[in-house]
Amino acid sequence: MSGHRLGKGGLIDRQRALTFQFDGRRFTGHAGDTVASALLANGVQLVGRSFKYHRPRGILTAGSEEPNALVELRTGARREPNTRATVAELFDGLEATSQNRWPSLGFDVGAINSLLSPIFVAGFYYKTFMWPAAFWEKVYEPLIRKAAGLGRASEQSDPDIYEKAHAFCDVLVIGGGAAGLAAALSAARAGARVILCDEDFVLGGRLNGDRREIGGCSGVEWTQRAAAELESLPDVRVMRRTTVFGAYDGNTFGAVERVSDHLPTPSPHQPRQRLWKIVARRIVLATGAIERPLVFGDNDRPGVMMSSAARTYLHRFGVAVGHSPVVFTSTDDGWVTAFDLARAGIAVRAVIDTRTKISASLLSGAKQTGIYTLLGAQVVATQGSHGLTRVTVRKHDGGMENLKADALCMSGGWNPNIALSTHLGGRPRWSDELSVFLPSELRGTIVAGAARGSFTLAAALREGAAAGAEAAQSTGHDAPAWSAPTVDDELSGVTPCWRIADSRGKAFVDFQNDVTADDVTLAAREGFTSVEHLKRYTTLGMGTDQGRTSNVNGLALLAAATGRTIPEVGTTVFRPPYTPVSFGAFVGHHRGKDFRPTRLTASHRWAAERGATFVEAAQWLRAQWFAEPGETDWLQTVNREVKSVRSSVGVCDVSTLGKIDIQGKDAATFLDRVYINMISTLPVGKTRYGIMLREDGFVMDDGTTAHIAPGHYVMSTTTVNAGKVMQHLEHARQVTWPELDVQIVSITEQWAQYSIAGPNSRRLLERLLGGAIDVSNEAFPYLACAEFQWQSMRARLFRVSFSGELAFELAVPARYGDATIRALMTAGQEWGVVPYGLEALGVMRIEKGHVAGNELNGMTTAADLGLGRMMSTKKDFIGRVLAGRPGLVDANRPALVGLKPVDRSKRLFAGAHFLSSGATVALNNDQGYLTSVAFSPMLDHWIGLGLLARGQARVGERLRAYDPLRSGEIEVEVVSPVFFDPEGARLKG
Amino acid sequence: MRIQCPFCGERDSSEFTYLGDATVRRPDPSAPEQYFEAVYLRDNPAGRHEELWYHGFGCRSWLRVTRDTRTHEIFTVEMYNDATTETNQEAARA
Ligand SMILES: [Zn+2]
Repeated sequence: MSGHRLGKGGLIDRQRALTFQFDGRRFTGHAGDTVASALLANGVQLVGRSFKYHRPRGILTAGSEEPNALVELRTGARREPNTRATVAELFDGLEATSQNRWPSLGFDVGAINSLLSPIFVAGFYYKTFMWPAAFWEKVYEPLIRKAAGLGRASEQSDPDIYEKAHAFCDVLVIGGGAAGLAAALSAARAGARVILCDEDFVLGGRLNGDRREIGGCSGVEWTQRAAAELESLPDVRVMRRTTVFGAYDGNTFGAVERVSDHLPTPSPHQPRQRLWKIVARRIVLATGAIERPLVFGDNDRPGVMMSSAARTYLHRFGVAVGHSPVVFTSTDDGWVTAFDLARAGIAVRAVIDTRTKISASLLSGAKQTGIYTLLGAQVVATQGSHGLTRVTVRKHDGGMENLKADALCMSGGWNPNIALSTHLGGRPRWSDELSVFLPSELRGTIVAGAARGSFTLAAALREGAAAGAEAAQSTGHDAPAWSAPTVDDELSGVTPCWRIADSRGKAFVDFQNDVTADDVTLAAREGFTSVEHLKRYTTLGMGTDQGRTSNVNGLALLAAATGRTIPEVGTTVFRPPYTPVSFGAFVGHHRGKDFRPTRLTASHRWAAERGATFVEAAQWLRAQWFAEPGETDWLQTVNREVKSVRSSVGVCDVSTLGKIDIQGKDAATFLDRVYINMISTLPVGKTRYGIMLREDGFVMDDGTTAHIAPGHYVMSTTTVNAGKVMQHLEHARQVTWPELDVQIVSITEQWAQYSIAGPNSRRLLERLLGGAIDVSNEAFPYLACAEFQWQSMRARLFRVSFSGELAFELAVPARYGDATIRALMTAGQEWGVVPYGLEALGVMRIEKGHVAGNELNGMTTAADLGLGRMMSTKKDFIGRVLAGRPGLVDANRPALVGLKPVDRSKRLFAGAHFLSSGATVALNNDQGYLTSVAFSPMLDHWIGLGLLARGQARVGERLRAYDPLRSGEIEVEVVSPVFFDPEGARLKG
Repeated sequence: MRIQCPFCGERDSSEFTYLGDATVRRPDPSAPEQYFEAVYLRDNPAGRHEELWYHGFGCRSWLRVTRDTRTHEIFTVEMYNDATTETNQEAARA
């Protein structure tokens, strides 16, 4: 079969031929075609295999509701499965492949499932794959995955880019058909800021698929004029190829714009798709309606199609869906298809109408065109191996008649497209008059046209115009009266026909998930009478099409099977996304390294020049170590850095630690309430280590607070908790104690801060700072702090130490950070100053038994960490009360200890669990675990910190550190957590 | 969801952090028996709920938001502490 393209008509560019491939065969189409229309034009009816039974399937619709014609588009890394051929725009060189068949579309081994159909009935997953349980993982699941997948993902990285964008408007019009265009025009003429979104690549909706006149011109012309006017207005944004896929709270909508899907590859610097977040003050929902299929025997045979789709292929694409079609209808609208096909010179074989009485004008039309008419008749079966060849009709008198036909156009009535109206929980309501579900009332949203069950063109224009005017007015724009153009009235009679009784073969309700009328009846018989159960048991409506063509038919069948009405059965609601949205669009630019922002310190460039290896710490990149030429192993580098610091001097960038500036009359009182220890006794020019708890009594964070000037403090936090502490302090300040006069601000990024540690650190600073500040032990003792003038800037100096050495932290405005670190290195040359990284810092803090993130894990108390005595008894503070509850003061709690391997040559591994010697390996014998480990170059063996039950009382005890995944078992000795310089003589020197 | 921050104007909810019931007060330290309830026990009402939101990606205000937990309709948004409002507004004017 070929030659389905008509000689004229359609919105295609007949001058521009495009070649494309389907399953390796070459075809020609035109600009303006979809893959589906181009395939139909070439006489291709068979385009895929069904999900469960691998039945041959064709093209059912001409829109995004398509359940059948899913293909893989493109090749290689751009291969995209489950693309609906009915909306994929044709481009030159397009390659499409059918899915779910092996070895070929014409001969598919999986079709044997059709013969096994007794086991594929409703609930087959639950019934067939139940026993034995061990089979599930090894046999059933791989089997199901292999057999039941639809398309294949490319499994390669997506080469295209995706963007995100935000838009705001007075009126968002969703749907660019007659109602939507009228709404947009009327709102825009009133001066409102309007966004009009339509999923199609041409505006007009049904106006392109029908032959209508509006105000003396064709529907297509009217559409083009309306579009031109809208696009000429400055405050209107017309978005074609843009699907509004979700409605969210606060009049926020998600939309995906397919910027480049219609091109072989995106143009330079253009994204493949753009994800929009649109916030509107008012919304006009003009999403139209979706035609519903008729449920009869073998209604899935390629060539069976929606009546309105046949009309769209005829008028919009100039394609005849068959040379000898029949129309099977229970509506007046089906007749429009028959008359339009006949007018285009196509020999309509028959119209089979389930109704016994139809209007006189239809009868006279039938007479004029000479179409063979069967009233009160039904199609009960279809024939044809890979495409329709014959239909069997049961006539009104009960007699059977076979008709040769290569296409069947079915018309079961229209269902308002209410999906978006249910995303926020709106419950559809049933209309007895129309036999459809209508959208419920929605705040800020006006529904117009077919989406609210007004199926005539006249009503769509009228309601659209009124909705646009109302939306404009309610956003403060005085809408001038705009009368919708007049159009001819049309017949829109429907007598719902939910199932053709006694038809032969499988009568499909859900084409995508292969759910038949018998499945629905069976589910009802087995007790799945709730609509939610029916859906899950049969998978009705759970495909990528969300049952757009099947839900209402399924509900009607369930109602019939359980002796209820459709409103009694109720309905399921839809969820975003309206149509599938690629992960790429949601991810946008947040891929790989760009997953989250990378924060760089002021010394980053200098560190990179020095050959630093970087590591992520929260969003920051910090130098992990600075390898020297000839060093082959990171441990060698880290050992050198530690030894250099402990024997002379080293410099480390500590800018990433959170810094919070705290000022006000009540700043000291405030700090007393957020820290467990007393800060109000801290004199100006002094720094104190502090611990803060959550109100539940567990440690939240630690750090130092410096009293810079009267009523002026600078707090440091750990790098990862900087934001959390800020929020915590704001809560304390604004919510808990609003009466305190205290202001806080984050200054983390304003200051670059460097630790200068080691016995020669003072000499280095003296050389660098000259006379700017006296750093002698007398003038600037341990824990001193000062702000001072250094050259042209205000700098700050703190005498604090994380390494246990004589150490200072020098803070300068961030813009001087790079110059300062270079100056520090120059000033320290004489003493062989080394830069040291996070790893050496970690080794030295473990040698000193200082806790860090591994110990401050949200599950430890101050007492667990050996800091219980810091808790002041003279004041109230956050967490005080609950830190005193029995479970948190239990002597058996795991507490901080040091650990050494008994065999000093053994390596320790963090995460190993402690077992008493002789105890069996069981969870209830667990005594705690190793939290942090390091190789100590000072002690020349591995050391560790751990949380051990009754830990502090067990110094000297030997335990097993059990680590079955890595080291197996190592004997360890419990020691004090302070491994190096326990008297702290070095830091006070 | 959109939240009308009294200081910044209407903003997307992604700029805010949620903390829960805004009517919970920190108990008097001399009544330790009330702490467990204040820290751990929360009602989970279906309907109107007074709750705390933190505008962390904006002005850092803690807000008292009255919201319907079923529909996400927001009835009122105010600074938790009006004194803070005045200070901030003064700062903004300065
Ligand atoms: Zn704000």
